[in-house]
Amino acid sequence: MNKSELSNKLKHFLPAAAIISETEALRPYECDGLPAYRKMPLLAVLPQTVEQLQQVVKLCYQENIPVVARGAATGLSGGALPLENAVLLGLSRFNKILDINPLARTARVQPGVRNLAISEAAARHGLYYAPDPSSQIACTIGGNVAENSGGVHCLKYGLTVHNVLELKVVTPEGELVTFGSAALDSAGFDLLALMNGSEGMLGIVVEVLVKLLPKPERAQVLLAAFDDVEKAADSVGEIIAEGIIPAGLEMMDALAIQAAEDFVHAGYPRDAKAILLCEVDGTNEEVSEHSKRVYDVLTAYGASEVRTARDEAERLRFWQGRKSAFPAVGRLSPDYYCMDGTVPRKQLGTVLTRISQLSEHYQLPVANVFHAGDGNLHPLILYDANTPGELKRAEDFGAEILELSVEVGGTITGEHGVGHEKIHHMCVQFSEAELEQFRRLKVAFDPHGLLNPGKVIPQPKHCSEYRTIGSGSHTHSASCSH
Amino acid sequence: MINNDNSKNLQQAVQEARAQQQALLIEGSGSKAFYGNTPAATENSRVLSTGEHQGIINYEPKELVITARSGTPLHELQAVLAEQQQMLAFKPPLFSSGDQQATLGGTIACGFSGPRRPYAGSARDFVLGSRIINGEAEILHFGGEVMKNVAGYDVSRLMVGALGTLGVLLDISLKVLPLPEAEQTQVLECSVQEAISRMNQWAGSPLPLSAACYDGALLYIRLSGAPSAVTSGARRIGGDSLDDSQSFWQSIRELQHGFFKNDKPLWRLAVPADSPAIELPGKQLIDWGGAQRWYIADKQNKDNSYESLYKTIADIGGHVTLFKGAIDAGVFHPLPESLLAIHRRLKQAFDPQGIFNPGRMYREL
Ligand SMILES: Cc1cc2nc3c(=O)[nH]c(=O)nc-3n(C[C@H](O)[C@H](O)[C@H](O)COP(=O)(O)OP(=O)(O)OC[C@H]3O[C@@H](n4cnc5c(N)ncnc54)[C@H](O)[C@@H]3O)c2cc1C
Repeated sequence: MNKSELSNKLKHFLPAAAIISETEALRPYECDGLPAYRKMPLLAVLPQTVEQLQQVVKLCYQENIPVVARGAATGLSGGALPLENAVLLGLSRFNKILDINPLARTARVQPGVRNLAISEAAARHGLYYAPDPSSQIACTIGGNVAENSGGVHCLKYGLTVHNVLELKVVTPEGELVTFGSAALDSAGFDLLALMNGSEGMLGIVVEVLVKLLPKPERAQVLLAAFDDVEKAADSVGEIIAEGIIPAGLEMMDALAIQAAEDFVHAGYPRDAKAILLCEVDGTNEEVSEHSKRVYDVLTAYGASEVRTARDEAERLRFWQGRKSAFPAVGRLSPDYYCMDGTVPRKQLGTVLTRISQLSEHYQLPVANVFHAGDGNLHPLILYDANTPGELKRAEDFGAEILELSVEVGGTITGEHGVGHEKIHHMCVQFSEAELEQFRRLKVAFDPHGLLNPGKVIPQPKHCSEYRTIGSGSHTHSASCSH
Repeated sequence: MINNDNSKNLQQAVQEARAQQQALLIEGSGSKAFYGNTPAATENSRVLSTGEHQGIINYEPKELVITARSGTPLHELQAVLAEQQQMLAFKPPLFSSGDQQATLGGTIACGFSGPRRPYAGSARDFVLGSRIINGEAEILHFGGEVMKNVAGYDVSRLMVGALGTLGVLLDISLKVLPLPEAEQTQVLECSVQEAISRMNQWAGSPLPLSAACYDGALLYIRLSGAPSAVTSGARRIGGDSLDDSQSFWQSIRELQHGFFKNDKPLWRLAVPADSPAIELPGKQLIDWGGAQRWYIADKQNKDNSYESLYKTIADIGGHVTLFKGAIDAGVFHPLPESLLAIHRRLKQAFDPQGIFNPGRMYREL
């Protein structure tokens, strides 16, 4: 079926404005938050009701046309990257908060609702939605579920998977099913857990019931400056050893500190080699007690300065610097490439040192901003796509960081997903038998392979090619158009 | 503590079962044999015990992670954690007795969590990774030992509560947490309606709750955390402080409280926490801050029809499990056909020959 035939069929149940087929109008949909990869979709559709969406999916099923879901497209792994032969299914019009139940502490929302909007709506009940990706003003809850997104408060309050109770999902056949329940579990296999982090490959999320938490009585943030990155990294484990689980434990290195300072004037010490932001929350007394103990640990482990936010305004400013670190670093260079490996905490120091050596080797600067408490690194590799060869160098550098993460016992992605970007590195982390198990699992949900095909799970031939080329000289498959 | 890697033998047993088209009834120590449907035991089935596959593979308190073999006795694992002032925060029931000492694998396969569950999270919430044998007799590793990992589908969490129907659990990595510095339980007398509304209201305010249960007359609220937070929380809650908090919660967790001393079937009703009192003939004990209601019916239904119970609970957004007791009813809440179809295909994806625990969860799986 060609584009215009498809478009005509869609018009039977979608208003014309919900179908985008002109090349120029499709342009904004050609990439997600990783603009190094771009592709034009066959068509983009923006349904507004679940029934319309089901009809779109059913039609695609009948005609064997793949479907790529798209939330706010802030994803950093090309998960929502369109495919030339696929319909891009935009969920932006599903933007209603359907219900907030303050007694049960839940919110029922449509998938296109922005992460932050949930907490804003819950605030009048003294409640909030805990996972807070730095992109929370823009990213959608549907995208969060698809990526199992984290945030700066995940060490204590969990990832998306820990904060979602129930999902309504449209299957590739167009059927509406429910995974999970408003109770704390449900009968049968834990399909709810499986949907979290499934990157639009197993079903389209059309409704989400999230858990809300009471706002802590008080939160306090400590900012510790270090003259050595490894010292800062080591003190992370010491705070944990103290028996305290901070609400947030984030680290930034010199380049990131300066960029954030220039951008939002967070009040960070410009001359520090690294800073740690450690938030403790709870009841008033508990926060006083824990702040004191964290202060002592940080001082004992070599912080050159430890500051406690004087008031709520300063606490928010400290966090603002951290949350705007990506765009802040983005100002330093025409392009940046954000990595997402997670490593055991004790390896943080070693891995950071290795990254700075690689940075010299590849002649590309790197800024580190990351979830230290979770061991989730975000090295930002700075490059200029207009300089011939630089993108390739950035990719190779990134590939080495991912392999390093696996080597020290970690993973290629902590929260941004595999998507299109890291598909080759799946071959490093998983054996062929494991990948084959993933493929069979996918078939159980999507027998015809219509949802986001070609992402996340590599085909056997990809891996054999990738493995023969070997580490350090990676080339992306010819299908990536940069 | 025994340290014995039996994975090669287990793998070989699965290979043989495959070749001979045998069913394997997976067992840790047998402490949870009461749970689930009676497996479709044919002549051609045998028990596969993970009991000898024991030991802690890796434990680093500062990483908040422990990895252990599935046959490791849970009480041994918990003792190792306690030495470092840490715990499994979902504090699962053991249901151990005599030789039948709960294993880690059995606990995870059943997906059991104790009274701490609504506040700390469930067994599956703490699973970070696992090594399994699938129905093709392949040893596969998913997830890992790090806190965050979204590479590939979350197979490790899928295994939790799957009752061994998708594979044999070999090793499991779990996130662990520090033991609370202080703990205290407050007891108040109130009606069931009051109990439900208080449990929910308190859970919505910044109190360090770690358990909430109502036995039909008394409301028990446990607080855990920094001593100062526990003390100020207890003051807000009011009532009297319970002397032996630990043994009370143990009796709830292990189903040894007076309420459970009964030969009648025990039903577990998982419902939204704020569901009002559910009118059913018989008695109930409310745990999990309202979200888990234990139910013992006055008398057995004559025609063995539990349709109306399933419907009542489904209508309020919950589901029913026949937790204990033999009657002629499916143990787990019937699934709608659309979900059952996905279950069948998932079973096919992991265990195409239907080797593992056939019928233990649902007849079709
Ligand atoms: C500046 C910046 C900071 C960030 N910080 C963080 C952070 O701190 N933590 C973190 O985890 N991530 C972070 N991210 C990454 C990104 O914001 C998250 O992955 C987010 O969850 C993506 O949501 P989205 O709505 O933009 O999804 P999209 O990018 O539109 O889609 C992401 C994936 O989800 C699928 N999808 C989207 N909606 C649905 C649906 N309804 N049903 C099924 N599949 C769907 C898509 O197909 C795609 O595979 C950051 C990104 C940026 C740009």
